[in-house]
Amino acid sequence: MWFQAAFFALTNGYAAGFLQGKIYSGAGKKFCVPGLNCYSCPGALFSCPIGSLQAVLDSRKFQFSCYVFGILSAFGVLFGRLICGWMCPFGLAQDLLHKIPFPGKKKNMPGHKYLRYLRYIVLILFVIVLPSFAVNAAGIGKPWFCEYICPSGTLFAGLPLIILNPGLRAAVGWRFFLKTAVLAAIVLLSIRFYRPFCKYLCPLGAFYGLFNPVSFYRFRIDTTQCIKCGVCQKACGMDIRVWETPNSTDCIRCGDCKAACPEHAIRSTWEKPLSSPTADPALRKQ
Amino acid sequence: MSEKRRTAAGILLLAAAAALILTGIMTGELQTVFAKASKICMECIGIG
Repeated sequence: MWFQAAFFALTNGYAAGFLQGKIYSGAGKKFCVPGLNCYSCPGALFSCPIGSLQAVLDSRKFQFSCYVFGILSAFGVLFGRLICGWMCPFGLAQDLLHKIPFPGKKKNMPGHKYLRYLRYIVLILFVIVLPSFAVNAAGIGKPWFCEYICPSGTLFAGLPLIILNPGLRAAVGWRFFLKTAVLAAIVLLSIRFYRPFCKYLCPLGAFYGLFNPVSFYRFRIDTTQCIKCGVCQKACGMDIRVWETPNSTDCIRCGDCKAACPEHAIRSTWEKPLSSPTADPALRKQ
Repeated sequence: MSEKRRTAAGILLLAAAAALILTGIMTGELQTVFAKASKICMECIGIG
């Protein structure tokens, strides 16, 4: 959690933004951070990848975003959803909320088995299709995910700017209250359930998760050590059967399973190689 | 998928990503991203 906080501070270090109710407009805004970090956060030094993707798709000039898809793919190939676990400010916010004491805490919401596919619908519909095709007479679209859903934008950009900037406060309308309601719902759900936004709604996590099976950072199970005790799944907030699917598209690579494994059977590809050549499930069949 | 195939797939995807990034830079996408990100995004903060 300290790494998450430090990364947030590093990428949102424009203190003048918080003091003066404005945003940074320097050259850093040409480049995307890996996490869901609104570029209208007063402290943001870089751009949000999902916001940037929509900005390119909803412009008249481009039908496809090579630059942002390229950046997202590069992040995905390098890290997979390690970004969700360690570099996303809204992931950090949910982790902190989940620490608030509350009776009957659960990992998953009711309907988890089907709800987990909702994030792909959000990605395809709100981030790609609607910004690209729901355009006005001038051929310009709008960022549907940012405008109607993104709780990270509301928390880190909307609320601070409305509080700090009287001019913006005067312009608040129904959309602000809608987005605040979405944020409030996710905040309340995060106290009881583990990372509900990451599990069910985040389009960025949906995209990065596709790379989990092939990313340079991934997990391996030493099958000579693994006793299938299930401790890894118990420790896993995303409720993954780690010994079966160590690189599930749901895995945010927080490392809780690795820390919990009594046999030290879970390792990342960035650690010392496994001792046994049969340790990789893919090699067991050979 | 074997470990070698995963690594090969990763390398190919990274090369494709690099090509996409370069193409995007050459077609002027950076300016579009910067134009949006350097101003307060009214949609993002709920003003629309």
